[in-house]
Amino acid sequence: MKKIHILFTVAACLLLAACSKDIEENNLLAPTLNPTNTDANAGSWKPILLSSASEITVPAPIATTSPDYIAQINEIKAWQGNISESEQKIVNYWSAGAVLRWNEIMRELVAKYNLPPVSNENGLYAIPNASNPLAYPFFPFSNPPYAARAYAYVSAAQYDALISAHFYKTRFKREAPYIVDPRISPLINKSTLYSYPSEDAVVIGATVELLKLLFPGEQDFIQQKAEEHRRSRLIAGANVRDELEAGEALGKAVALKYVQRARTDRAGAAVGIVNGVDLWKEFEVGAIQRGETPWISQESPIRPPMLPYFGRIKTFLFDSLTVVTKIRPAAPPSTKSETFKKELEEVLYYSKNPNRERIRMVHFWGDGVGTYTPPGHWNAIAVEHMVPLKLSEARWARNLALLNMSLMDAAIVCWDTKFTYYNPRPSQLNPEIKTLTGLPNFPSYISGHSTFSGAAATILGHLIPEKSNLFNEMALEASYSRLYGAIHYRSDCEVGLEVGKKVGNYAIQKAQNDGAN
Amino acid sequence: MFLQTKQTFLHKHSTYCTRIILFIFLFSGTPLLISAQTDNDAIMMGKNLFCVGVMTSNSSWNEYWEGTLKRENANLGTVSTNMIGPMGSLGITSKLNLIFNLPYVNTAASAGQLKGFSDLQDLSLWLKWKPVKKKLGNGTISLFTIGGISTPASNYVADYLPLSIGLRSRNLSFRGMADYQVGVWTATLSGTYVHRSNIEIDRTSYYTTEMHYSNEVYMPNAAQVNLRMGYRGKYWLVEAVADNWTTLGGFDITRNNMPFPSNRMNMTRTGIHMKYEPAKPKGITFIGGANTTINGRNVGKTTSFQAGLFYILNLSANRSDKTQKK
Repeated sequence: MKKIHILFTVAACLLLAACSKDIEENNLLAPTLNPTNTDANAGSWKPILLSSASEITVPAPIATTSPDYIAQINEIKAWQGNISESEQKIVNYWSAGAVLRWNEIMRELVAKYNLPPVSNENGLYAIPNASNPLAYPFFPFSNPPYAARAYAYVSAAQYDALISAHFYKTRFKREAPYIVDPRISPLINKSTLYSYPSEDAVVIGATVELLKLLFPGEQDFIQQKAEEHRRSRLIAGANVRDELEAGEALGKAVALKYVQRARTDRAGAAVGIVNGVDLWKEFEVGAIQRGETPWISQESPIRPPMLPYFGRIKTFLFDSLTVVTKIRPAAPPSTKSETFKKELEEVLYYSKNPNRERIRMVHFWGDGVGTYTPPGHWNAIAVEHMVPLKLSEARWARNLALLNMSLMDAAIVCWDTKFTYYNPRPSQLNPEIKTLTGLPNFPSYISGHSTFSGAAATILGHLIPEKSNLFNEMALEASYSRLYGAIHYRSDCEVGLEVGKKVGNYAIQKAQNDGAN
Repeated sequence: MFLQTKQTFLHKHSTYCTRIILFIFLFSGTPLLISAQTDNDAIMMGKNLFCVGVMTSNSSWNEYWEGTLKRENANLGTVSTNMIGPMGSLGITSKLNLIFNLPYVNTAASAGQLKGFSDLQDLSLWLKWKPVKKKLGNGTISLFTIGGISTPASNYVADYLPLSIGLRSRNLSFRGMADYQVGVWTATLSGTYVHRSNIEIDRTSYYTTEMHYSNEVYMPNAAQVNLRMGYRGKYWLVEAVADNWTTLGGFDITRNNMPFPSNRMNMTRTGIHMKYEPAKPKGITFIGGANTTINGRNVGKTTSFQAGLFYILNLSANRSDKTQKK
């Protein structure tokens, strides 16, 4: 009896001792940026939206011998004179890379806002309003297509801003503060790049300006991050103040070009409801006229489909005609066909026979409500594999721009296909089919996860060829996870993956011609 | 004559057996899902007596608290949890008992598409020690300490609320309990601290009130207070029970979001607990109970019913005489 008592006590103590509850956040493990290649020639890379890297004018910097510059050097020295623990923490955090950190912040905002509005007492769903973002339902509802577009605009703007910054760095040849004044020892790795305008600051300028449009209710949070980022550069001795100011102004000017594009890319019409009229019903009528069973929302009360006109938004990698003529796949198996019945049976099988490994896949790739969405997941994967490559900020931005333009265009072609064919989800036709993850509220064919994953794996495999097989395996798993979760038919997944690969191939073409190879 | 004596002895102890076991329920899993009654009243099994049986329970809710907002969800309808499993209590000595529990849990939603899950939930073990029993005024006061440990008994999924079958944390619980009895009237008060380990989920990031880039989830600890008062007679036990479970940390479900294992799950429940032990056959006990959630946060407004059947075995009678002679 005593033995048992002692054993029990010992076991309890061991358990307690073993349970330090601090969580190691993987993103904080990223080391200080230390590029193997600084991509000093990035000023000659081809921009995405700007006509050239010099389209936005940046004023020449003051001389490093001027009293004003020396005052700025003294500002760094004042910061460095007494660095607190929290300041050191800020420097460590931001030194991992501006593009990387703002990508994480974007993902955080997407996850926070990826919540479908609740229905009101009349069984109707209010539409989030960009001009009143903090009144419920909050703006935006950052669902997968919204998120794909948001990531793409921010990444593309960061890229254009960074190659513009490189252009002016080379033109003005302002040395870094620690080169001008060797008494300054930087808290980051020394860069051989010229310092004016600051790379970090163009990323801040571009991102903050676009986030005003994309997440208008988060200004306080975003400004606080931007202030912290700026401060980190001063404390680190990486930039003097006018390099930050010139950079931010440049980044903001680039972003405004993107804001202009965003205001005219037809995203505003994607909801498909104008003055209370459900324009999207035309898709339902179309399916009925073709003799097919139309998709019906399985939510209660019935919710209008997610962004039914997203398929008509302006693409980045090809023109809108290409979406319809070259990428949109053939129709799915008719709901009356034998093929369809077999596919429906297969979904029922996976619904009835889950195993732990398939459940793991379904939940690993779920990326549903309250997450950073499948495009965010592929950003996380890209980041994880890019950190060890020791890339320059410019190449970070280029790779993420190519990835996120692929993901946005994948969303567009996927949504175009979904609403062209408007076919029902498996559980609509067989209520016995229960799902292992949330059932998305839009038509089935083709699977969004599959399209996103096909596109992402293709462009990432081009950018990081040694990981190409891994990315393709991941895409395949992501794709089939939707069948295992009993929310998609096999053909949704397989065709989605193919369509995604097509989109990714357009991104590869772009990558081969942007001067960064 | 000998047989007669033994039966009386068994009878006396079986009276208490099932009550001791019932307190297991609360610790076996998630308060969102499982809200069986807690029996904190506390009379010990005699040495070498093993009380074993089966408990079942059914819990359901069609309203829940999203943070502090009480709401319905037409895409879930009524969420129900059924549980069945063996339980037992072994008298190591008359002052030290070892208790176990291993429930099989099944969940389902009456509306929407989400599939319910079922699997073995958590294996729980408790050591219960009664260091003090003495007269006080007109009655008898007994003091207890109980230490418990629980760990998942299968590879079930925690990150699938409200339809996951448990929360997966490995728990250590420490309880202090006082019982006062005057004649057939009794009152028992207990307080428990539950240390919960972090858990791992199938995804690599999640959002609480901020983004986390990890598959590990910090699980706040929890505290519980339980008060029960009632009649404790020879054949019947009838008690009214009030119970509060408070998670010491955690976050609220945001508007129209899904619940998450590290939510701040709180609940206050009231209920009734009964036991009937017929005069014949000896050693058999029936358990029944019901409770309802009167206030909560990030949990279902659950109503629960429990039933159980137990039997008492005298292990010393089956052993060789060597042990007995010592």
